[in-house]
Amino acid sequence: MSITDRTIPDRLQSPLERRLKSWESLLLLVAIAIFVANSFATPYFLNAWNLSDATFNFTEKAMIAFAMALLIISGEIDLSVASIIALASTAMGAAVQFGVDTPGLVLIGLGVGVLCGAFNGLLVTGLGLPSIVVTIGTMSLFRGISYIVLGDQAYRGYPPDFAFFGQGYVYWVISFEFVLFALIALIYAVILHKTNFGRAVYAIGNNATGALFSGIRVGRVKFILFLLTGLMSGVAAICLTSRLGSTRPSIAFGWELEIVTMVVLGGVSILGGSGTIPGVVIAAFVMGLVTFGLGLLNVPGIVMSIVIGALLISVIALPQLWHRWRR
Amino acid sequence: MLRALLKSREMLLIGAIALLLAIISTRFPAFVAPSNLADVFNDTSPLILLAIGQMIVILTKCIDLSVAANLALTGMVVATINVIAPGVPVVVILLVAVALGALLGMFNGVLVWKLGIPPIVVTLGTMTIFRGLVFLLSDGKWVNSHEMSAAFKAFPRTELLGLPVLSWIAIIAVLIFAIVMTRTTLGRAFYAAGGNPHAATYAGIDVGRTQFWAFTISGGLAGLTGYLWVARYAVAYVDIAGGFELDVVAACVIGGVSIMGGIGSVGGALLGALFLGVIKNALPVVNISPFWQLAISGGAIIIAVALNAQASRTKGRIILKDAEHAS
Repeated sequence: MSITDRTIPDRLQSPLERRLKSWESLLLLVAIAIFVANSFATPYFLNAWNLSDATFNFTEKAMIAFAMALLIISGEIDLSVASIIALASTAMGAAVQFGVDTPGLVLIGLGVGVLCGAFNGLLVTGLGLPSIVVTIGTMSLFRGISYIVLGDQAYRGYPPDFAFFGQGYVYWVISFEFVLFALIALIYAVILHKTNFGRAVYAIGNNATGALFSGIRVGRVKFILFLLTGLMSGVAAICLTSRLGSTRPSIAFGWELEIVTMVVLGGVSILGGSGTIPGVVIAAFVMGLVTFGLGLLNVPGIVMSIVIGALLISVIALPQLWHRWRR
Repeated sequence: MLRALLKSREMLLIGAIALLLAIISTRFPAFVAPSNLADVFNDTSPLILLAIGQMIVILTKCIDLSVAANLALTGMVVATINVIAPGVPVVVILLVAVALGALLGMFNGVLVWKLGIPPIVVTLGTMTIFRGLVFLLSDGKWVNSHEMSAAFKAFPRTELLGLPVLSWIAIIAVLIFAIVMTRTTLGRAFYAAGGNPHAATYAGIDVGRTQFWAFTISGGLAGLTGYLWVARYAVAYVDIAGGFELDVVAACVIGGVSIMGGIGSVGGALLGALFLGVIKNALPVVNISPFWQLAISGGAIIIAVALNAQASRTKGRIILKDAEHAS
């Protein structure tokens, strides 16, 4: 760390001013701009059903992004989330072949997710291994198991009522997934911003040793965060499998990148210690709107991934450049 | 001295590879025939080249996940050059490949050095950007064998003293970098920058610039491998070497390179790559589906990183418990 000059202001910013200048407000502005640009770019955008479809672009990823945000704030990362989806989906697909009904499938999906999360958590907190290598390893391992089970085959034949999770609508154009997304966002916002556990997550991310000495069980908190990330991957696996109606080992390939991008775009510091859930919610909308708008303009998926990649780098680079320019 | 040598990671790996070969040879003696082993080495050469570059990057506390995408982009560029101008000599193609690869590596390096963006974020982003650029460049089309000139395809396969040029390039790279890492100021700077960045700074080493050169070397090697890969398999398309970055990281971790930086050797990276290469080539021989490979790589990463952590666990009395792994 280099020594930086700090000036002490005459007076503090007012809460309103601080809120207006925050990353979240900036992001909200971007989201509105993209929304307006989209509605001018194509006549198909401003349609209730199209907009409802657009939410499917981000709801599943965002569910994982909330748990990932907590994990990244605590200074760890989980790159295996997309592979957990693949493994959980494969397990559900295999269960279908034995005639398991919908409640059983949901339990299996969630169970596999939690088990995978526990495996990651145990390796990171139990053995003290760096999470980035562990989860790069489990990223291959979990998806690898799906490939061993499925090879180039696919599982189909999910029960009809299983389709509700990914294709069902609660009221008019409001999909079940969107309601679930909103509910999970609320739960994570409360956990992170209103509970002792949430404060502990921030404390660990800012100074894990300091947190340990102030009585926070660092290992246990991190383990729980890995469990939650696994659990949310299981939830996303259920929604995605239900929406697609089939399981291939390549399901959700590359999602870990988009999820990490969503979290970082939402203002969570990749180095840990800061970030908010509302930020991640807005980032989810931004990414969903960008990909949906580009999709309506017939931009191929791989070109969108360039946009996502550039977005990831520039959202971190721009504040750095901004600071340098102001100095 | 001798005991230290016997207990070293390199000897352990040589033992593991020998054991692996011995087990395979009991049922398939043809696998350990010198000509087949030479084939295995040749097949592993791209992995060895990339693992050397990755090792240097990891030594400086960074990680380069963009190598496979860099390889694909450089490969596509040189293949396109070959299609447009078949007369361009192979030497020029080689220079273009190394230069372009190094340039892409420099892009990563500058973002890490000048903007202080975490390397994982930078290379996750550039990974998708490079891959997307391959698509934009090729329009999603393949460059097939019949479109490439004979000289372009022949170079890596030309036999010299009984081994293909591809193998010789890997051998030469191992020798050059073994000398660079142990006998030059830059080589020692890589170890210093990763081993203890603060001490390195006080010793007059610019840590950021050292990381920049690590990324440049990694990129240059990836570019070189890009040409060799495309010429050897006589095909270039968007998804070549997809997911190969994980194998490269796996080779390093198995080879005893510490993800915390500062620990690792060219010999280790070489043996780690050979270990994976032997497994990959042995799977079809012993009649195991190639779909197992992903899971085996993942499992190997986790086991290797766990072993590394055990080996490097500080002995002696801990008087102040540290919650962070390293900081």
